[in-house]
Amino acid sequence: MEKIDIIESTAILVPVDNIDTDQIIPARFLKTTSREGFGEKLFYDWRFKADGTPVAGHPLEGQKGVILVAGNNFGCGSSREHAAWALHDAGIRAVVSSSFADIFRNNALNNCLLPVQVTEEYLARLTTVLKTAPGTVVRIDLGAQTLSVPGVGEAGFGINGYKKECLMKGYSDIDYLLADKDSILRYEATHRN
Amino acid sequence: MGKTLFDKIWESHVVKHIPDGPDVLYIDRHLVHEVTSPQAFSALKAKGLKVFRPEKTFATCDHNVPTLGQDRPIADESSRKAVEQLAVNTAENSIMYFPLGDPGNGIVHVVGPEQGIVLCGQTVVCGDSHTATHGAFGNIAFGIGTSEVEMVMAVQCLLQSKPRQARITVNGKLAVNVTPKDVILYIISRLGTDGCTGHFVEYAGEVFRDMSMEGRMTVCNMSIEMGAKGGIVAPDETTFRYIKGRRFAPSGEAFDASVAKWKTLKTDSDAVFDKEYEFDAADIRPMVTYGTNPGMGVPVDGVIPDSAAGCDEATFDKAMAYMGFRRGEQMAGKKIDYVFVGSCTNGRIEDFRVFAKAVNGRKKADDVIVWLVPGSKEVEAKIESEGIGDALRAAGFEIRQPGCSACLAMNADKIPAGKYAVSTSNRNFEGRQGYGARTILAGPLVAAEAAVTGRIGVPSVI
Repeated sequence: MEKIDIIESTAILVPVDNIDTDQIIPARFLKTTSREGFGEKLFYDWRFKADGTPVAGHPLEGQKGVILVAGNNFGCGSSREHAAWALHDAGIRAVVSSSFADIFRNNALNNCLLPVQVTEEYLARLTTVLKTAPGTVVRIDLGAQTLSVPGVGEAGFGINGYKKECLMKGYSDIDYLLADKDSILRYEATHRN
Repeated sequence: MGKTLFDKIWESHVVKHIPDGPDVLYIDRHLVHEVTSPQAFSALKAKGLKVFRPEKTFATCDHNVPTLGQDRPIADESSRKAVEQLAVNTAENSIMYFPLGDPGNGIVHVVGPEQGIVLCGQTVVCGDSHTATHGAFGNIAFGIGTSEVEMVMAVQCLLQSKPRQARITVNGKLAVNVTPKDVILYIISRLGTDGCTGHFVEYAGEVFRDMSMEGRMTVCNMSIEMGAKGGIVAPDETTFRYIKGRRFAPSGEAFDASVAKWKTLKTDSDAVFDKEYEFDAADIRPMVTYGTNPGMGVPVDGVIPDSAAGCDEATFDKAMAYMGFRRGEQMAGKKIDYVFVGSCTNGRIEDFRVFAKAVNGRKKADDVIVWLVPGSKEVEAKIESEGIGDALRAAGFEIRQPGCSACLAMNADKIPAGKYAVSTSNRNFEGRQGYGARTILAGPLVAAEAAVTGRIGVPSVI
């Protein structure tokens, strides 16, 4: 699995609260049985009209980078991991918000997409700087658990030690669980549910 | 310090604790559908593995299925392939599967309890956020992503950090025209769409104790809409009565022994929650949403407010523009185009009983398209055996076949752009019911009023 250490890039700013996973990837694109190709469908209905023509001035227009900065409560709604796949496939490696929906957070972590949670106050200042200076470079250091942006300053973010190690070394949860099947068999022998 | 019901179930399912990390949590029931499982089955296969505990895994197809002509092949090619793939995957892994047309088929969260698959005191997961539904039986039930679906398939366990806990207590008696859907829409409107993020919620108090299992499922189902990991109601006689005699539930002495165990599933009186909220049943009126997240709700006879919890001004403006509404407008009297009754929130037999009773001899409004979609084959059969189907057809309605349908419009049941739909489902997100569709969430009573008058209105008391 891919590893995460330092992520440094210009940011894509989408300052909208409560971006749900139906916006990230609409349900009609979930019919495929593969994990590939969802990047093209990212925020599709914000980018394209019903007839497929582009929406002028949509929230992502003209922005480049591997870090997405969004409003509060990112990834709420449906559990579809396709949302994390779409972001990752589109090149995004970290999402910065003041809160993440629980299922999205897990899905992101399982796909080398780092959820970086900062305070509302920090997010507000970051948003202002990115609006006035769109090319500002954002630096995320997973080892130090910091986010630093010129003109905004540094913020720390939380992640548990286990998950941090997984991301930095490229380990996955399923490998951990498969390696520890004996514990599971022992549990089953003493519990009937 | 005492323990919560959630603590007790969680602790009894911890296989091991990882220092500075999550717990390895054992999963009792894994429910599977065709949208979030294929990538998990193929990843498992690529590792040379099969489903570890197929007897704890149950599958149905629901999201992609048409609600007309289910006896014919599914017309949409990708939908048909997704459903066919589930049949292949479940057969290869010896998983109980309820295919389209099977008497056990239906929406995964309607089927689980109906078939007695979901009991009490269990951990229940599904690759679907509305898995929270099963908390109604006193379970830790939550939605997971496809990578986690693969983990449960591989080892019947998940890595999960224990969430914080909240308790929402509602005491008093509900007015006769207030349904469980109104209760949960009211709570979400007060707490906001992220009001309980990171928390597992216990619903307590007289209102939930008095509720049927169908009502408790409606409430728990929408826990996710305020960001909660899940919702739980302590099991009681209402719960045990619902489970007794169901297909996969224990029977005879085994059932009695289970009930004795389930009766201990309660929060201790001295347990402490991270957050506590209390509401009064007398303050709850029939509700509708006016915006683009489920927290944007008001009483049917109320006006659209200036702001909503957890929603900044720009986001609120965006929602108003999408819905074609303005701050300060009355919701009652607004003209609507579609009514959808169904989904894992309100697609159970009780919802159709309530809808039919509220129609009360009136006719469907001519200029409204109404989709009545049972949550399962069993609900469909009861609609017919109880005479509800005949009564509604005589009033100009059509009963469709079971599935998720217009809740997320993955099949042909899409609300056209710009049209208003009163929907008993769970999400009013932009485009949720079709590109440009404008969703107004409500309970079955408000839906019935809209279906016969073509407008939003306070349901009449019968």
